[in-house]
Amino acid sequence: MTDYRTKYQMTPVIGWLLRDRGGMILLAILIAASILIPVGNLLVPEGSAFHVPTWMMSLLGKYLCYALLALSVDLIWGFCGILSLGHGAFFALGGYAMGMYLMRQIGDRGVYGNPELPDFMVFLNWTELPWYWYGFDMFWFAIVMAMFVPGLLALVFGFLAFRSRVTGVYLSIITQAMTYALLLAFFRNDMGFGGNNGLTDFKDLLGFSLQADGTRAALFIASCVMLGICYVVARCITNSRLGKVLIAIRDAEARVRFTGYRVEYYKLFVFTVSAVMAGIAGSLYVPQVGIINPGEFAPALSIEIVIWVAVGGRGTLYGAVLGAFIVNYAKTFFTGVMPDFWLFFLGGLFIAVTLFLPKGVIGAVPAFGAPDRQSAFSTLRKRFLNGRANEGGKA
Amino acid sequence: MRTVMTAVLCRFRVRANNSVPVLFALAAIFAVMVLASPRSAHAFSDEELRNVTEQLNHKSSTKKVEAIEAMAADGDPRVAPILNAMLEGNLFVRASDEHVVIGEKKGKVWNHIDVVSGEVVGESGSKELDKIKINNRLRGALRDALAALNLFSQDIGIRTAAVEQVMDARDPSMLPLLIRAIEREEDATLLARMELARATMALAAGETTEERLTAIEVLASETTPQIRAVLSQFVASAEAEGYQPEVVAAAKDALAEVEGRLSMWQTLGDVYRGISLGSVLLLAAVGLAITFGVMGVINMAHGEMIMIGAYTTFVVQQIFSSVIPSGSPWSLVIAVPAAFVVAGLVGIVIERCVIRFLYGRPLETLLATWGVSLVLQQAIRSLFGATNQQVTAPDFMSGALELSSGLVLTYNRLWIILFSLIVVGGIAIVLRYTAFGLQMRAVTQNRRMAGSVGIRTGYVDALTFGLGSGIAGIAGVALSQISNVSPNLGQAYIIDSFMVVVFGGVGNLWGTVLGAFSLGIVNKFLEPVAGAVLAKIFVLIALILFIQKRPKGLFALKGRAVEA
Repeated sequence: MTDYRTKYQMTPVIGWLLRDRGGMILLAILIAASILIPVGNLLVPEGSAFHVPTWMMSLLGKYLCYALLALSVDLIWGFCGILSLGHGAFFALGGYAMGMYLMRQIGDRGVYGNPELPDFMVFLNWTELPWYWYGFDMFWFAIVMAMFVPGLLALVFGFLAFRSRVTGVYLSIITQAMTYALLLAFFRNDMGFGGNNGLTDFKDLLGFSLQADGTRAALFIASCVMLGICYVVARCITNSRLGKVLIAIRDAEARVRFTGYRVEYYKLFVFTVSAVMAGIAGSLYVPQVGIINPGEFAPALSIEIVIWVAVGGRGTLYGAVLGAFIVNYAKTFFTGVMPDFWLFFLGGLFIAVTLFLPKGVIGAVPAFGAPDRQSAFSTLRKRFLNGRANEGGKA
Repeated sequence: MRTVMTAVLCRFRVRANNSVPVLFALAAIFAVMVLASPRSAHAFSDEELRNVTEQLNHKSSTKKVEAIEAMAADGDPRVAPILNAMLEGNLFVRASDEHVVIGEKKGKVWNHIDVVSGEVVGESGSKELDKIKINNRLRGALRDALAALNLFSQDIGIRTAAVEQVMDARDPSMLPLLIRAIEREEDATLLARMELARATMALAAGETTEERLTAIEVLASETTPQIRAVLSQFVASAEAEGYQPEVVAAAKDALAEVEGRLSMWQTLGDVYRGISLGSVLLLAAVGLAITFGVMGVINMAHGEMIMIGAYTTFVVQQIFSSVIPSGSPWSLVIAVPAAFVVAGLVGIVIERCVIRFLYGRPLETLLATWGVSLVLQQAIRSLFGATNQQVTAPDFMSGALELSSGLVLTYNRLWIILFSLIVVGGIAIVLRYTAFGLQMRAVTQNRRMAGSVGIRTGYVDALTFGLGSGIAGIAGVALSQISNVSPNLGQAYIIDSFMVVVFGGVGNLWGTVLGAFSLGIVNKFLEPVAGAVLAKIFVLIALILFIQKRPKGLFALKGRAVEA
């Protein structure tokens, strides 16, 4: 019967993770994959049954980026009830930051051989680099920007939206408008981001050729590691006291506000963290697929991210990762085998999951059933209002 | 002309009594000349024309230009072929007799065509002919002269074009020619244009204060950007060269007057284009105002209902053109109820199969209806193919009403504005005065109470959703006239529709109307300043900021309904 405050402060992060069965499995798979798949690609000779072809490694790397994106959406939707239909915008902004670095790395190997300007600027008769391209010849700067720009956008946008209590469906619609506005803006040639064609023809990253198997393996490992780190960060947030407030906001926002919490700051924090994660996902995605264009801002793609989370299981974090893999594998499969069927499948998935699987695939497995939503607020109220430790110790 | 005719008649009289074949031949020539005779008699005699043509072979370019101008100023229809030939390098001097002839290549030999009669008068190899050389200065003079000659063409289209060209060139040397053309012109509209052109030239060429003042007066009555340019140029030169103060003042006044009218037309044009865009937005959004605004259902498949309406229009038109081809202009009249029924039925099916299980869970509804929209898009793509389908506009919708050069109202846009107002009015009447509208409002306001007084709430839900979808279908009929009928049609309108409904305020039909028109007008006013794409981005950003200020739209519901 210790005071819950001291108990919580002393509880180590390790403890949370050990109790998170799904998370442990996910982390184990990630560690195993980050070792076995590059080994299978680089060391096992071709022709062996255990050889992993490079295309498959790149495809899995792409899925890992999508999984990280889905994780970021689950963090805000599953735990705070913010349904963002514009998360693709943060992903794309992170991607553009990385793409700008890769463009500068091309140097004078472009078609026009201009050492300073990317090809599309030479093509548009630009004579000097726009100011916002400065610094992108440095890798660390691009990485910082890939997190900073989406984070800043989320901070400003979230501040405006949450402060005036734009919630629920309204928030979804204006996030969609945000990504739509960015889509239109990035399509313009005058913006200096390559217009319709976006950024492509990348050559190398930190001096290593992007076509080399070694670089691709390194990118794959980086994706595994970043997904793992972000998972741990997200788990720490959701299991912390702050996480409890977030869940309470999700279930009864007005009551949390009346209890004395500044709801908007909690939401703003988690929204910004989520946007930064999406930006990281985008910056890992671009070198692996070799192109970034305004199509990534399309509202339809942002809605698709939400269905990854819904399929896997909202509010579980690992469910989002699973959902991203399931849906994207299905997409690869159907668009290859019967492309006409893909939209029927995706549309059917949206309908079926919302009607029959509200807790997603994970929710269908009893051992991983998502925590009861209604209990979150009552737990919080008991602990914080009465100042007593919760007997159940559900967290 | 008169001289030639007299000559012909004299010869006719002399020889008529002794030769019937000659009589016939001459009658034929006479007939040809009457038929081919230009509407204006020319002033050159044969001799004069031959003399002035010989001048084209002068050594000095200046003399050549003088000859060209003299020929053009006359307005003789025989001049144009000569000048044309010269421009194309087909005007030659014959070595044998130093005559100027038009050359026409026939295989290896050249036919010599006489400049006066236009008949073939000999043939030879190329050595016999010496080409009259032209330089760039001559080329310019020739082109201007030919343009001026078109003022006398028989074809009113060519004359109109020539007047515009003369007005653009603003060459004072053409003034006498223009004045002669004005004297002969019979068409009133063209005459007005010619007077305007004359005033334009008189302003530049005029010597006296009176001439200038009259010209300014004529110009001040016209409203085109062209005249504005003429006047502002004149004001600048008048000030620089120190004309009489009253001329400068009059010119300034006229310029201000023209500019004022121009900007008024520009503003009116922007308002009209804004209303036109607004009516399109209104049509797209008004169905959503019912499903989202009244029922609170986030229907992401709304755009696909519009698409289904457009495809219904296409199918109805196909059936019409194969069964009763003569009635095909009226297929739109049939397409409106057909689209309402088809889209409405699809809507009812969606409501019964998907949405009714998700009431009270708006985010899930959003996702499920998005899924429905994907399925519908793919279904249409599988049925009709991914390419655009052609929906033809009936006659009464094509063409335009031109109010001024700054404001052209196309009929299809006018019809759409009218149509959107009719649709909104119809919905308002249904909601306000029918039993169904009453039940619908009752269910929206208090579902349980409505149920307990005997309203079948589920039934009303389905019909309401069907109504909203059916109206989206009707919107599809109108939109098929102005945008491509493709499986992606709905996607283009869905975000705009939501913006309109959210801006106008949920649950308020008049808010939707006001929202649609104000978004349309703001968009069209921004477009000339910022360009189409940036204008759209600005409007989106402004909307996002607006929602911060008034999260529930322009006309927010107050009281308990807000939290419900």
